[in-house]
Amino acid sequence: MAALELSNISKNFGAIQALQDVSMKIEPGEVVGLMGDNGAGKSTLVKIIAGNFRPSAGDITIDGSHVEFHKPIDAQRKGVEIVYQDLALCNNLTAASNVYLGRELTAQIGPVKVLDYRTMFKRAGELFAELKSETRPRDMVKRMSGGQRQAVAIARTLLTQPKIVLMDEPTAAISVRQVAEVLNLIKRLRDQGIAIILISHRMPDVFTVADKITVLRRGRLVADKPVSKSSPEEVTGLITGAIEAA
Amino acid sequence: MSVTLEQAIDSRQHQNLLSWLTSRQVFWVFVAAVLACVALSLVTDTFATERNIFNVTRNFAFVGIIALGMTAVIASGGIDLSVGSTVVMSAMVTGVVMAAGMPFWVAALAAIGASLAIGAVNGLLIAYAGMPAFVVTLGMLSVARSLAMVLSDNKMIWEFGPDHDLLLWLGGGATFGIPHPLIAMVVLALATGFAFRWTRWGQHLFAVGGNEEAATLTGVPVKRIKLSVYMFSAFTAGVTGILMVGWLGGVTTNLGQAMELTVIAAAVIGGANLAGGIGSAFGAVVGALLIEVIRNSLILLGISTFWQGTFVGCFIVIAVTFDRIRNFRSSE
Ligand SMILES: Nc1ncnc2c1ncn2[C@@H]1O[C@H](COP(=O)(O)OP(=O)(O)OP(=O)(O)O)[C@@H](O)[C@H]1O
Ligand SMILES: [Mg+2]
Repeated sequence: MAALELSNISKNFGAIQALQDVSMKIEPGEVVGLMGDNGAGKSTLVKIIAGNFRPSAGDITIDGSHVEFHKPIDAQRKGVEIVYQDLALCNNLTAASNVYLGRELTAQIGPVKVLDYRTMFKRAGELFAELKSETRPRDMVKRMSGGQRQAVAIARTLLTQPKIVLMDEPTAAISVRQVAEVLNLIKRLRDQGIAIILISHRMPDVFTVADKITVLRRGRLVADKPVSKSSPEEVTGLITGAIEAA
Repeated sequence: MSVTLEQAIDSRQHQNLLSWLTSRQVFWVFVAAVLACVALSLVTDTFATERNIFNVTRNFAFVGIIALGMTAVIASGGIDLSVGSTVVMSAMVTGVVMAAGMPFWVAALAAIGASLAIGAVNGLLIAYAGMPAFVVTLGMLSVARSLAMVLSDNKMIWEFGPDHDLLLWLGGGATFGIPHPLIAMVVLALATGFAFRWTRWGQHLFAVGGNEEAATLTGVPVKRIKLSVYMFSAFTAGVTGILMVGWLGGVTTNLGQAMELTVIAAAVIGGANLAGGIGSAFGAVVGALLIEVIRNSLILLGISTFWQGTFVGCFIVIAVTFDRIRNFRSSE
């Protein structure tokens, strides 16, 4: 059974048709590379899956059952996690607070729910160690390197046992060594049976880890095929429109 | 690996308490306020008198209470220019309801209710209609004061019905020698400080001020947080309004005029960043204290109070400059 199935997803922002009739399927343990030019609709598509936007039309099915997300927490409850483009971090908060942003742990003390910093620091620290990152839970994100910030954004997706992880340009703005780390991480997640959508403008990244390549062009899905049956040249043609569809 | 997981989890960016303290603007403002107090007690024989200390603490409590609400607003990335008008609205409702023969608690509930309504209108327009906080609260500054005038028919109220003495005792009296407004401020400061640090509300408010886009994406209820923050600010202004009537023993429609500027100054001197995301309850209190100490010292030293604005203004600039320099250093 597909981990995630999109059927005829469309989305318009006023007059802008960001997505039109997008359908695709991802199996557990599969990595899908999602490519496309700037403004093609990639972020919009993953934000719909993550519960940030509601589709104007179309259906989302997870593990065979139809779902409808009104807010991110709905998607998280169904095992969908996302690394946002630009990471969506608050510079003025600690690494741990960012990891738990929007789903902070609390302990009931008398009439009030008090933040459980001890557990949040501990769990965040474990996740950073798991990610082999030097990030420390109590450090302010403001003073972090690009790679550490990346680790914070990725650690967020591992808080629960996710079924689907969406990564919106996780390798933009980090060093070559860190890119390799992220790609390794993606492989490890895949080996745990997690389905992954990887958005990237970097052809080598996608060809290294993806099983399947999908291409969006002006809101339409113009390709959805195994990596082994494609090539960087073909994908480039599909992105620019030199090749109509494949 | 050289550091264990436990070390990483426990590690802080500052090695010890002292380096943490000295890196904070509010610490230096606190030092400045304490030094000013010490200097004044040495130079004048009027500062350290019981009477004067009583006045200083009571006066600064009024600004301090609202600075707590203002700090929440500023930390969430907003501004509330309507607090001075909310003060007069709350005071006027208290006066009118009590003068009509109602007991104090009814009047207090009505006053807080009116204040919360002002905050709710601000919050709804800002959070749900997406209007700029500056514009909305500037409008409310005008509207609320005008409504207070309509309510009172622009007459002074100084007779407060059956609970007259209770009201005056609450605002102007003291328990164990501590003026009641100061007690109210300390209680509110502790509650606010706790809420900032230990509740989701606090965490979310700072997240919204730090990066609203990120807060929205991660599912923080941004609109509700903004609404609550303006209601909180109005609440603090409402409490102050009630206490001020009791202290003054009367209400006129110019009560709280230009108070928003003093309150914003207190919050900013105390370390709240107008760009959002930074501020503390302790800072709000210390900022308010410093402003009152400046005002008081000018009076005691026989300097014209016209100079007050100059001193407060300089302190705002110095405090913010200090913060800039520190950030500049640490980013090198
Ligand atoms: N919240 C929004 N409101 C209005 N229009 C939007 C919104 N979000 C995206 N769009 C529009 O939808 C289209 C697709 O945007 P999207 O961010 O999905 O592109 P993308 O493929 O992620 O591009 P990039 O590679 O630059 O990240 C663009 O025309 C964009 O302007
Ligand atoms: Mg994008």
